[in-house]
Amino acid sequence: MKLTENSKEVELQSSAINSEHEYDGGLRVANLDAVKDPGLEPHRVRMTDKSVKHEKSAVRQVSVLFVLSMLGSAFALWAYFTFPLSENLSSVRLNTIYLGVGMTLGLLGIGIGAVHWAKTLMPDNEVSEERHLTRGSDQKRAAAIEILAAANQESGFTRRKLIRRTLYGSLALFPLPGIILFADLGPDLGNSLRHTFWKKGTRLAKDPTGIEIKASDVTVGSVFQIIPAGLNPENKEYLEEKAKAAVLLVRVDPSELNETEERKGWSYQGIVAYSKICTHVGCPVALYEQQTHHLLCPCHQSTFDLVNGCKVIFGPASRPLPQLPITVDSEGYLIAQSDFLEPVGPSFWDRSVKS
Amino acid sequence: MSIVKEAPKKNSFLAGTANYVDERVGAAGILKEFGRKIFPDHWSFMLGEVAMYSFFVLLLSGTFLTFFYDPSMAMVRYDGVYAPLKDSLMSKAYETSLNITFEVRGGLLMRQVHHWSALLFVAAAGLHMLRVFFTGAFRKPRELNWVVGFVLFVLSMAAGFTGYSLPDDLLSGNGLRIIDGMIKGVPFIGTNISSLLFGGEFPGHVVIGRLYALHIMLIPALILVFLAIHLFMLIIHKHTHYSGPGKSDTNIVGYPLMPVYVAKAGGFFFIVFGVIMVISTFFTINPIWNYGGYDPSPVSAGTQPDWYIGWLDGALRLAPTGLEFMLGDYTVSMNILIPLVISLVFLGLVAIYPFIENWVTGDKREHHALDRPRNAPTRTAIGASGVTFYAVLWAGASTDLIATHFKMNLNQVLLAMQISLILLPIAAFYVTKRVCLALQRKDKEIAIHGRESGRIVRLPHGEYIEVHEPLDPYDLYKLVDYKDYKPTLARPNAQGKITVGARVRASLSKFYFQDRIIPATQTEIAEATHHAAELEAQVAKAIESGK
Repeated sequence: MKLTENSKEVELQSSAINSEHEYDGGLRVANLDAVKDPGLEPHRVRMTDKSVKHEKSAVRQVSVLFVLSMLGSAFALWAYFTFPLSENLSSVRLNTIYLGVGMTLGLLGIGIGAVHWAKTLMPDNEVSEERHLTRGSDQKRAAAIEILAAANQESGFTRRKLIRRTLYGSLALFPLPGIILFADLGPDLGNSLRHTFWKKGTRLAKDPTGIEIKASDVTVGSVFQIIPAGLNPENKEYLEEKAKAAVLLVRVDPSELNETEERKGWSYQGIVAYSKICTHVGCPVALYEQQTHHLLCPCHQSTFDLVNGCKVIFGPASRPLPQLPITVDSEGYLIAQSDFLEPVGPSFWDRSVKS
Repeated sequence: MSIVKEAPKKNSFLAGTANYVDERVGAAGILKEFGRKIFPDHWSFMLGEVAMYSFFVLLLSGTFLTFFYDPSMAMVRYDGVYAPLKDSLMSKAYETSLNITFEVRGGLLMRQVHHWSALLFVAAAGLHMLRVFFTGAFRKPRELNWVVGFVLFVLSMAAGFTGYSLPDDLLSGNGLRIIDGMIKGVPFIGTNISSLLFGGEFPGHVVIGRLYALHIMLIPALILVFLAIHLFMLIIHKHTHYSGPGKSDTNIVGYPLMPVYVAKAGGFFFIVFGVIMVISTFFTINPIWNYGGYDPSPVSAGTQPDWYIGWLDGALRLAPTGLEFMLGDYTVSMNILIPLVISLVFLGLVAIYPFIENWVTGDKREHHALDRPRNAPTRTAIGASGVTFYAVLWAGASTDLIATHFKMNLNQVLLAMQISLILLPIAAFYVTKRVCLALQRKDKEIAIHGRESGRIVRLPHGEYIEVHEPLDPYDLYKLVDYKDYKPTLARPNAQGKITVGARVRASLSKFYFQDRIIPATQTEIAEATHHAAELEAQVAKAIESGK
């Protein structure tokens, strides 16, 4: 057999290499008294090798699996035309299931059939072959080194220092223009992260309807998702502005509010407005617990204490949610006294640098 | 003389084709070289195959999806068949994703095939890595292939994440928002990087298109290149096999590529594809129509990332409150930097592990016979410790669900996770190491004294013994065939100086091999066998005299 011949050759070659380069075993302990390798376990003969009856039935099983695969594929083709999609959403389910079942059968029939064929009918004698070391033989290595040396000699790569060094220089510089090309991927954000759509006098409006909200609409204990009035999908930067301007509006009993001296005038009869964008990584802080007045961010569970200036009481966030100073206008609508007085959303390196 | 007419050859078309191909591409040489290459057989060797086949399924299903999907963030009013979202404002990307789902026959099926195979791809690649780690398959000469495999694993996560964002639904948009927040937390350059990625402020109008370019071109191309290198090295090294009778570092035992392996591996591709197909047929994944298009204000509670991103999300969650501080006017967001650095260090350690172990053992020989995990107790313990660390981070991404499902206090669940992140990996290390050593001791005991036969005999002087039966030589060899390493002392170098490196290596070698079970030797077994034979004779005599 070709195989044994081949492996003999390898064996000769590898034993030659092995004796020449036995690698250091490091901390490995040589065990001279080791149990001897009894060699490969004797081969177990399969039923399909022993009996023609079993062999024939295995052949039948494989063919049946392949036929099943054909039927499955044909079924999928039929299902594609028989279960079209319509306005009725259950059509999507039928289309998916019938098409999927057909294709599954088409695939599994081939797969299981082929593996069954290999396991029952193809020879299952384990073959052993010698390995040779990954490194090239000494002759091969010498030849490789010779090629490198000749290339070096012919080009003068080592000898001609000026050429070599200027080449390094040019290779180091040439990617830079390519990298700088990417600078235009995005503009310098400048001060835009420090400002939002809120201005002095901007009315508070419900999200997403945009209906402006009066102080009298906000009963104690209620909570509203707020956007600035005038911010609507027609704005070019709608989502960008909304991602900064979203606000939660809550009314609590004024006696429960602990306001610092400087923020005394920022609320209106117990109505407070806080940025909805988490100071951790920017998820919307969407959950309000009425009893404890806690705001919870569903992404990473940072929890803010609404009645104590929204300071962090739990979770990975570090800064309180920024507060939007509000009041009411002459018509009773809630309005912003100004923009937020600090950047909203996740922290960034120079957020506190005055500009 | 009669002219014998040659019978017409049966496979003349096949022969002709073969000849044509060989004369043009030298196919015969290739076939001769690879046609009978030996591949060892073991179920655990199929994990890598599952990963590769899932990737092929990803290429097929992904290509189909590209024909219908439009990665545009232009806002449109939805006018499709899904009534609940009628007239709502959404991006073109989300609209076309909905159209694939509801208006393309087999579209939902292909979307689910794509998503399920992505989940399977990362999972199988991860399990394959664990198999390689715990059996020591990364040892010389395969260290570099471990690194290539590591790069593939990272690429598979990158492919997953970029793809996850493409439907531009509420869930994936929040995922991007988190990425944006993390990037902004990086000192100096965070804001600029965020602007480069999103083309201005978050979410901008370009990020989906850019992720799409990465997802369908750059990342799959890189995966293909690294996969090719991975397989090329596999051919150079040949596959490993488990140690045991007849299997050593100098041979390879298995079945030839043609026909057995072609049939098994080729068939297995269809099985993997079929299993993905049946899962995708019956189990919904990522029902984007329930989430709605991306809007920065709403979010649903209890959202979870795809499983392979979970450990990073968990790392973010487990950061304790109040880590951020000011450095003059500048904000240092340690609550983001620490999880980021910990994740990167963890990945870095995974990448360089083979070189660490090789430095400690100093074993420069080639290793082709795999270890049973118990026979490398310290490595197995390190692996178990790493798996535990990853698992705690992973569970950390579900603190809210754990709290709501098991009716526990969210704050205490998180605290428990934080403590577990530090304590459990240490506990896992010691428990695993002890379990491995105990298993080795049990193996040695069985190798020397044979297996318990269950036959209790009373000797003439009243002692009861259980008769042990010797193992057959193949089973015996499985128990004793492993390499034994001994710790080293810090030795002075040629200048008579004990270097710091030597000291570190000595203490590491102690850490690795201080506790070791030396494999049973021939002499030990022979002595025990002799003793057993004497005992047996005594028993026989006793029975004889009793009659």
